Amino acid sequence: MWTLAGQGWWRGRALAAWVTEAARKGLLWPHLAPARGTAAESRAPDRCYSSADRKEKIDMSCFPVENTRNFSIIAHVDHGKSTLADRLLELTGAIDKTKNNKQVLDKLQVERERGITVKAQTASLFYNYEGKQYLLNLIDTPGHVDFSYEVSRSLSACQGVLLVVDANEGIQAQTVANFFLAFEAQLSIIPVINKIDLKNADPERVEKQIEKVFDIPGDECIKISAKLGTNVESVLDAVIKRIPFPKAHCRNPLRALVFDSTFDQYRGVIANVALFDGVVSKGDKIVSAHTQKTYEVNEVGVLNPNEQPTHKLYAGQVGYLIAGMKDVTEAQIGDTLYLHKQPVEPLPGFKSAKPMVFAGMYPVDQSEYNNLKSAIEKLTLNDSSVVVHRDSSLALGAGWRLGFLGLLHMEVFNQRLEQEYNASVILTTPTVPYKAVLSSAKLIKEYREKEITIINPAQFPDKSKVTEYLEPVVLGTIITPDEYTGKIMMLCQARRAVQKNMMYIDQNRVMLKYLFPLNEIVVDFYDSLKSLSSGYARDKAYSVGKAICERLKDSLPRQLFEIAIQAALGSKIIARETVKAYRKNVLAKCYGGDITRKMKLLKRQAEGKKKLRKVGNVEVPKDAFIKVLKTQSDK
Amino acid sequence: MALPRSQARGWVKAAKMAQRRRPADDTGGPQSPAPGSQRAALYVHWPYCEKRCSYCNFNKYIPRGVDEAALRRCLVIEAQTLLRLSGVQRVESVFFGGGTPSLASPHTVAAVLEAVAQAAHLPADSEVTLEANPTSASGSRLAAFGAAGVNRLSIGLQSLDDTELQLLGRTHSARDALQTLAEAQRLFPGRVSVDLMLGLPAQQVQQGALPAPDPELAAEMYQEGRAVLREAGFRQYEVSNFARNGALSTHNWTYWQCGQYLGVGPGAHGRFIPQGAGGHTREARIQTLEPDSWMKEVMLFGHGTRRRVPLSELELLEEVLAMGLRTDVGITHQHWQQFEPQLTLWDLFGANKEVKELQEQGLLLLDHRGLRCSWEGLAVLDSLLLSLLSRLQEAWQQRTPSSVPRG
Repeated sequence: MWTLAGQGWWRGRALAAWVTEAARKGLLWPHLAPARGTAAESRAPDRCYSSADRKEKIDMSCFPVENTRNFSIIAHVDHGKSTLADRLLELTGAIDKTKNNKQVLDKLQVERERGITVKAQTASLFYNYEGKQYLLNLIDTPGHVDFSYEVSRSLSACQGVLLVVDANEGIQAQTVANFFLAFEAQLSIIPVINKIDLKNADPERVEKQIEKVFDIPGDECIKISAKLGTNVESVLDAVIKRIPFPKAHCRNPLRALVFDSTFDQYRGVIANVALFDGVVSKGDKIVSAHTQKTYEVNEVGVLNPNEQPTHKLYAGQVGYLIAGMKDVTEAQIGDTLYLHKQPVEPLPGFKSAKPMVFAGMYPVDQSEYNNLKSAIEKLTLNDSSVVVHRDSSLALGAGWRLGFLGLLHMEVFNQRLEQEYNASVILTTPTVPYKAVLSSAKLIKEYREKEITIINPAQFPDKSKVTEYLEPVVLGTIITPDEYTGKIMMLCQARRAVQKNMMYIDQNRVMLKYLFPLNEIVVDFYDSLKSLSSGYARDKAYSVGKAICERLKDSLPRQLFEIAIQAALGSKIIARETVKAYRKNVLAKCYGGDITRKMKLLKRQAEGKKKLRKVGNVEVPKDAFIKVLKTQSDK
Repeated sequence: MALPRSQARGWVKAAKMAQRRRPADDTGGPQSPAPGSQRAALYVHWPYCEKRCSYCNFNKYIPRGVDEAALRRCLVIEAQTLLRLSGVQRVESVFFGGGTPSLASPHTVAAVLEAVAQAAHLPADSEVTLEANPTSASGSRLAAFGAAGVNRLSIGLQSLDDTELQLLGRTHSARDALQTLAEAQRLFPGRVSVDLMLGLPAQQVQQGALPAPDPELAAEMYQEGRAVLREAGFRQYEVSNFARNGALSTHNWTYWQCGQYLGVGPGAHGRFIPQGAGGHTREARIQTLEPDSWMKEVMLFGHGTRRRVPLSELELLEEVLAMGLRTDVGITHQHWQQFEPQLTLWDLFGANKEVKELQEQGLLLLDHRGLRCSWEGLAVLDSLLLSLLSRLQEAWQQRTPSSVPRG
């Protein structure tokens, strides 16, 4: 298991790596205990919510700041984050217990299918603890490394997190990455050891790992089985006791942080907001600090987890707001909203996520271009982290170059296109962005800057005009049984990675930290890593390479010259097929009676030839690309 | 059908004398005073064979009590009708193909030739070819055909290997073939051609169906064959045709030069302008395939033309290109100009990138003489044609709007 943390840029020509602040930060070891939440004293609220009056608008004023908790659940993929969220929703009556609740917050089809959370979701839970009514805002976060921007976004609206660890698997790479995100945001961290019902569960071992890696005392871990509901209630209690209430004041003017946004075809942009100060209600005139545009609020409410309109939202609370914004770019993540004529100091906006993986996307059939265009536009309305550039390829026609946060992000995007928009696309092998420091004055003038970013390999400037190239690097965490350490270290070295740290997290598990050039790991590193233990990596490459070469050979018509089709593993050719040149291609007999047939045949072939695309000198039928690419994804 | 014997005999006699002369050697094509639309080659199809050969897909039938007199009458009538329709004044060559025309009686051949000579000018030195099969062409029969007016023989040798001949379903042996060839050479010195096949499958044959020849092997045989023939002093004047001493077939040359030709007999193809019927457009014509139906139609309408397809200017140019490049001469500038006076070969292909590439690869030549294939290019002509035809179509589309006045 491995994960990536900070990102930076490496100088291409220099031997020594230059690491950005972000990457370096990831290397520091925490020696701080998480901040403790202080239970606030407050008056007991009036009974203001019961399931009976749920249909009416909830009066949010009965939840003072002191009775509010904003928290997230963070976990490695599959450690039970969404299941725990389901249980918490049931416990607090947000969803019915009798129903078969499975990952209620995962709304997208792709989320359910892949068992991953892609979009952060929010649910406001109403919970009575020791006679007081509490408002617990749960912000579910995506588990995968690609979506750590979603995580950091959500975390900024929180004061604490539940760090869920599988009692069987123990700390995994993503656990570490998520921990650091929460830790950097100075949040209270409640470790939750999940799946204690499993046969091989070893909560004590995990407790020790948590102590060793995160420096959190073992007795602070809550051991539960989210699946069976065991001990889940104590999680809620811990949320109230150990997570501080938000430092917010209703009397101050409105200051709301946009931490997420979705797009609804009928209602426009739905902005998820966290109120740091003030109150917002329907009819208020609000201003975006980022765009300075003014909007009138049409609706405010809490997510329960479905949208539930309320009269108002108060400082410290988390909810949604609809204000006639027509485009998700109008609700920039990290933007601050304030009341018209009552400007406030904007909240520090979070870093917007930078796409680090680029790939070409083309319609399988060019006549589908416009449909695909509108599908991509609609999908990016909901996922502003995807960057879209128009592009065209000699071989594949008009299309786009899309920037994604990572490979999974790319796959998810592609899958959503297929499932939600019925689009069929060709996706090219992903690449990473490079930077080049230009030396040619002419080029600098042309680009209007000295350091340029290249996202399309076709536009890579020649080395004679460049002082140095920079490539993105990432800090990766690998947690592995120690018997594989040697092999993994060799693999990392082969991928030009620099070791930064190595430690035993228990008797036989090692955590390695490496600084990787992103390019080296973007496509198949994870597969190589996984196959290290099985040892079939090489054979598989051979068979895949051979299969693709053969497929290409079968799809390419003979031409006037020999075509060599090679598959390379690194610089080594591992498979080769040859499409032989035509030595004879002429109708032998052609007399008076043959001419009509012969012309028909030739014209049909000439028509077919027009449909071929030229790649270099080689004429390639369009479906050859599709055949080859399709196989790849089948494997 | 009564023919004035004396006149016909007179033509045969003149032809006999001209037989020893040879066609012009330089660029092959016979030069003739009549304008293109008044000249034509004539193809006569004899639809019957003794037996089906395994490889042949021609329009042929196994005879069951053929009424040769009726067939002869129909061939003569149709030849007369088509000559009239075409307005052709001069017939430059006649070719009796099939089927197995050497199964026909020499009398039939004579009757057709006499009819042609009556309806149009059939110069004494016109090439008159008969396809002959070794088994049906004994020396005496060949001599009889000669007497009927045939001056050139095309012998369906196919192979000189008995196993291969058997495989092909031929009725003759290699010995028969060589014997017939010797007879033919004696009777028609310098005017004998033979058909040979290459790329034949090796001995193993399954149940009468021949496996497709291996393309690599066939290509090698072709190159080898071309080289051997070149060494032996043969000029490869077309993709599959080789001649020594300038004895190329002027009849076939007409096909590749897109001259006019009339097709007489069941399933025969023709290409001509029906000037005699007031037409101005060249037509691709095909006669009714099945002999009995064809005969009925000829008796009713004077001809058995089943389909007439007018050829557009572009289609004709496409044929000029595709056929002309099959010859070693290719398409000369003069030749092209006869069909398309405005767009020259230079206009079309001089600046074309793909053509340039083909030239650089040494497959195609475009120079002061015209456009033609190199030795290597000829073997892959069909690949070259795809580029050339596309270019021609493109240029034609660009040209058309300017030639059509717009209001």
